[in-house]
Amino acid sequence: MFPEVFLSLSIFSILMIGVFIKKSFNIVFNLTSLIIIVTILIILSSSSDEEKIFLDSFIRDGFSNYFKILILLSSLFVLNSSKRFIIDSKLDKFEYPIIILLSILGMFFMVSANDLILFYLGLELQSLSLYILASIDRDNLRSTESGIKYFVLSALSSGLLLYGCSLLYGFTGTTNFELIAGQLNKENTGAVFAMVFILVGLAFKVSAVPFHMWTPDVYEGAPTSITSYFAVVPKVAGLALLIKFMYVPFSNILLEWQTIIIFISIASMILGAVAAMTQKNFKRLLAYSSIGHIGYALAGVATGAISGYQSTTVYISIYVIMNIGAFSCLYLLKKDGQYKENISDLSGISKKHPLIAISLLIILFSLAGVPPLGGFFAKFYVFVAVLEKQMYALAIIGLLTTVMSAFYYLKIIKTIYFDDSLITFEATKNRTAQASIFASCTILITFFLYPSVLNNLVKSLFVS
Amino acid sequence: MNFPILSTLIFLPLISSFFILLSKDKTNNNSSIYISLFSSIATFFLSLFLWYNLDVNTSEFQFVEEKSWINNFIKFKLGIDGISILFIVLTTFITPICIISCVNSVKVRVKEFLIAILILETFMIGVFCSLDLVIFYLFFEAGLIPMFLIIGVWGGPRRVYSAFKFFLFTLLGSVLMLVAIIVIYWLTGTTDITQIYQIKIPKEYQNILWLAFFSSFAVKMPMWPVHTWLPDAHVEAPTAGSVILAAILLKMAGYGFLRFSIPMFPVASEYFTPLIYILSIIAIIYTSLVALMQDDMKKLIAYSSVAHMGYVTLGIFTFTKQGIEGSVYQMISHGLISAALFLCVGVVYDRLHSRMINTYGGLVNYIPKYSFLFLIFALAALGLPGTSGFLGEFLVLTGTFQKSYLAAMLATFGVVLGAAYMLWLTKRVIFGVAHNSEVKKINDVNRSEVLMLVTLAFLILFFGFYPLPLMETLSTSVNSLIYNYEIALKSN
Repeated sequence: MFPEVFLSLSIFSILMIGVFIKKSFNIVFNLTSLIIIVTILIILSSSSDEEKIFLDSFIRDGFSNYFKILILLSSLFVLNSSKRFIIDSKLDKFEYPIIILLSILGMFFMVSANDLILFYLGLELQSLSLYILASIDRDNLRSTESGIKYFVLSALSSGLLLYGCSLLYGFTGTTNFELIAGQLNKENTGAVFAMVFILVGLAFKVSAVPFHMWTPDVYEGAPTSITSYFAVVPKVAGLALLIKFMYVPFSNILLEWQTIIIFISIASMILGAVAAMTQKNFKRLLAYSSIGHIGYALAGVATGAISGYQSTTVYISIYVIMNIGAFSCLYLLKKDGQYKENISDLSGISKKHPLIAISLLIILFSLAGVPPLGGFFAKFYVFVAVLEKQMYALAIIGLLTTVMSAFYYLKIIKTIYFDDSLITFEATKNRTAQASIFASCTILITFFLYPSVLNNLVKSLFVS
Repeated sequence: MNFPILSTLIFLPLISSFFILLSKDKTNNNSSIYISLFSSIATFFLSLFLWYNLDVNTSEFQFVEEKSWINNFIKFKLGIDGISILFIVLTTFITPICIISCVNSVKVRVKEFLIAILILETFMIGVFCSLDLVIFYLFFEAGLIPMFLIIGVWGGPRRVYSAFKFFLFTLLGSVLMLVAIIVIYWLTGTTDITQIYQIKIPKEYQNILWLAFFSSFAVKMPMWPVHTWLPDAHVEAPTAGSVILAAILLKMAGYGFLRFSIPMFPVASEYFTPLIYILSIIAIIYTSLVALMQDDMKKLIAYSSVAHMGYVTLGIFTFTKQGIEGSVYQMISHGLISAALFLCVGVVYDRLHSRMINTYGGLVNYIPKYSFLFLIFALAALGLPGTSGFLGEFLVLTGTFQKSYLAAMLATFGVVLGAAYMLWLTKRVIFGVAHNSEVKKINDVNRSEVLMLVTLAFLILFFGFYPLPLMETLSTSVNSLIYNYEIALKSN
C-alpha cells in the first residue's frame, strides 16, 4: 500500500472525529502521532525497489522513502515536544495537527514527484497548509502578520515557479522529469531560462539568499511550535526537491545551474553568519542560522556530483536533529505562564538549570560545527565533497563563515554560562520536550562513534 | 599486543568524568576531587607504563591501534613513537597537578571544573596519539570547547573577551588546516599519516598545504604576530587553566610541526625556513622586550612563553639533531617551568587577589619557602645551567649555529633579555622591601602547594642534570625524522 493513500484516508477520518467530538484536540493529537508512526512502518515495510505509477508521474524509490521517513520522524518530534506549548498558548484546536498532516501529505508528493504537475500540486498543498499554520494564532497581531507576509511572498515565488514549469513544458514538450532531462541541453536557451525561474522558486522555499526575506519575520512572528516546524520539516522537503531537480531533469545542464547554486550558497553562508550577530531574539537568530545552514547544504548540491548530493542529505538530516533540540529548549523556558524567547532571558541559566544549559551548549557547539559533535561531521562531509570537485573558493569561504558564525553561537553560550543569573524559570514537567532534547543531544555527542551510519543509509539513495 | 592500551589512556579521563557527573556531593566536593585525582593519577601511571614498554631503538610507531571508523575513508588509527610519548607523559603529569591546584583556587562549580579538565585531558592525549589527520584535527579542535569554558566561567574580569579571542583565533587558524587535510585526502587517497609519509605529495601543492597547516600551528604555538590571544587568555584564565594552556596546549603546535609539517612537506619546510627564522627571532626579541615592561605577573610569564616558543620553532626548523632534540627538550622543560610559575602566581593570587607586581615585594621576609621555590623556577626560566631550561636553549642554539650565524647570534641575545625580565621580576616580587601591609600577613605555602611545587622543582633540576632518559627516548625518532627529511630533499 502506498503511504499516501493511508495518510489521506486517515486525515479525512480524524477530521470527522475532530468535527463531531467536542474538545477533541487531545484525541486528534494522539491519533496524529499514531498515524505518523503507522506511516513510518508502512514505508519501512514497503520494498525499496523503484516503482512508478500514474503514467510515470509518481515514483517510489529509496530516495523518496528516506526523505519521507525523515519528514515523518522530524514532524513526530516537533509535534510532540511542542504539545505542552500548544496547550499553554491556547492553540489547542483540533485543526492544528490535521493541517500538519496535510502539509506532510503535500511534502510526500513533492519528494515522490516525477512530473512537473504532480510536483506543483504537492508544493501547493504544502504551502497552503503552511500559510494557515503561520497565522494560526489568529488573535495575535504578529502571527497574523507573519502569515500574510509568508502568503504574499510565497505566492509570488509559486507564480515564478509555475511560470518556469510552463516554459519548461513549452520548450521540451513534456512534463515528465526523465523525458525533460533527455530534451535539455545547452542550446535550449528557453529551457535554461525556465530553470532559473524554477530555481528561484525553490530557493524561496528553502529560504536561501537572496530569497530569504520572509524567514526572520515569519520565524519570529509565528508561535514557537510552528516556527520549529517551519525550521525543520519544509526545509527537508524543499531541499529534497531541489536535489531531485538538479539530479534528474537538470542533470544535463549542470554548468548552467552550478554557478547560480554556488552564488546562492555563498550568499546564504555569509548572510547567515553576519546578520545573526546582532540578533536579540532567539527565534530570529535561529532563522538566520538556518539560512546559513541551508548555504552549507547547498554547497553540497553545488558540486553537481552524487557524493555532493549525499553529503547534502547527511547535512540536512543532522541539521534536523540539531534544530529539534534547539527549539525544544525554548519550550522549557517558561516564567509566569509566558514562554521566553529573548537571548538575554537565558542569562546565567547554567546555575539554576544546569541540564538545559548543558543541552544548549552541546546543540550550539554542534550548530557551530565544532568537533567532535555531530554538526562537525555534517560540515566535514559537505566540504569533502566540495573539495573533491576542486571548488577551493567555495570551501574556504564556507569554512571562514563557520568561524564568523561561531561568534554568535559563542555569544549565546556566553550568556548562558558566563553571565549572572537573572530569572528562574518554572520547573515545568514537559517530558516530551525533555525527551526530544535528550535524544538530540545523545545523537550529537555519540555521533563520532559511528560517523558513517548516515553515509551508509544515503549511499544507496542515488543511482547513476 | 591486542589490548587497546592507547584508547584506554585516551578515554579513561572521559569515563571518569561521567562518574563525577553522577557523584552527588551537596556540601563539599570531596568525592569529585578524589575521583578525578585518582583517575588522573591512574592515567599518569598508565602513560609511565607505556613509556617503560616503549622500544626506543626503533622509529616505528608502536602500540598501533587501527579500527574502521568512516567506511572506506578514515581509520581510527592511534600509535606513539619516541617523540609523542614524552608529550603524553607531560600531559598526564600536569593534569593531576592542575586538579590539586584547583582545590585551593577554584571556589565555585568545582565539579564542572573537574569535568572540564578531565575532558580536556582526553582531547590532549588524543592529539598526541593520533596517526590520522582527521582524528588529529578532531582532537585538536575539540580541546577548544572545554578550554573556552574554563576561561569563560572561572576566569577573571575580562574573561569574556579573552575566551572569545582564544576560541576565534584558534578556530580561524584551524579551518584552513581542515581544507588542507581534505585536499591531502583527494591527492593521496588517504589521511593515514604513515601512508602519506610514503606517498610523496606533489611539489606544487606542498607550499600551499604547508601554509595552511602553518596558519593553524602558528596561532596555537603562538608565533609573532598572531600571539596576541595568549597574554589575554593567560591573564584571565584560572590558575589551572593557565597551567594547562602553557604546559600542554602550546606544545600541540610544536608537536604538529614535527609530526605533520616536516615529514609530509619536506620541500616546503625547507622553502619556508627563512620565514620561520625571521618570525622566531622577532618573537624571541620583541616579546622579551614586551615582557620586560609588564606590570602583571601572569602577562609577563605569558610573553616569556611566546619567547620560549620562539626557540622551539627555531630549533625545529634547523633540521639538525641538536636543534630538534633541543626543541622537544625545551617544550618539555617549558611545560614544567611555566606550569610551576603559573602555580606560583596562583599561590599569591589566592591570598591577596592581585597579579600586579607592585602589590608584592619583600616576600622573602614573610614566606621564605615560597620565595625559595619561586627563585628556582625563575632561574630555570632564564636558563640557568643545572636546570632543564638551560639544556633546551643550549641545544637549540647549538643547532642554529650550524645553519645560520645571524639567527643564532640574535637568539642568544634573547637569552640575555630573558635573564633580564626574569631577574627583574624576582627582584620586584621576592626581594626588596614590603611596602604593602597585607604582604606582611600572608601565609606561606600549604601542604598541597608544597607537594605540587616541590615535585615540579625536583623534575626541573633532575632533568637539568640528567637529561638522558628524555634524550634516549627521543634519539631514534629524531634521527629518522631528519634522515627522511634529507632523503626527500635529495630526491627533489
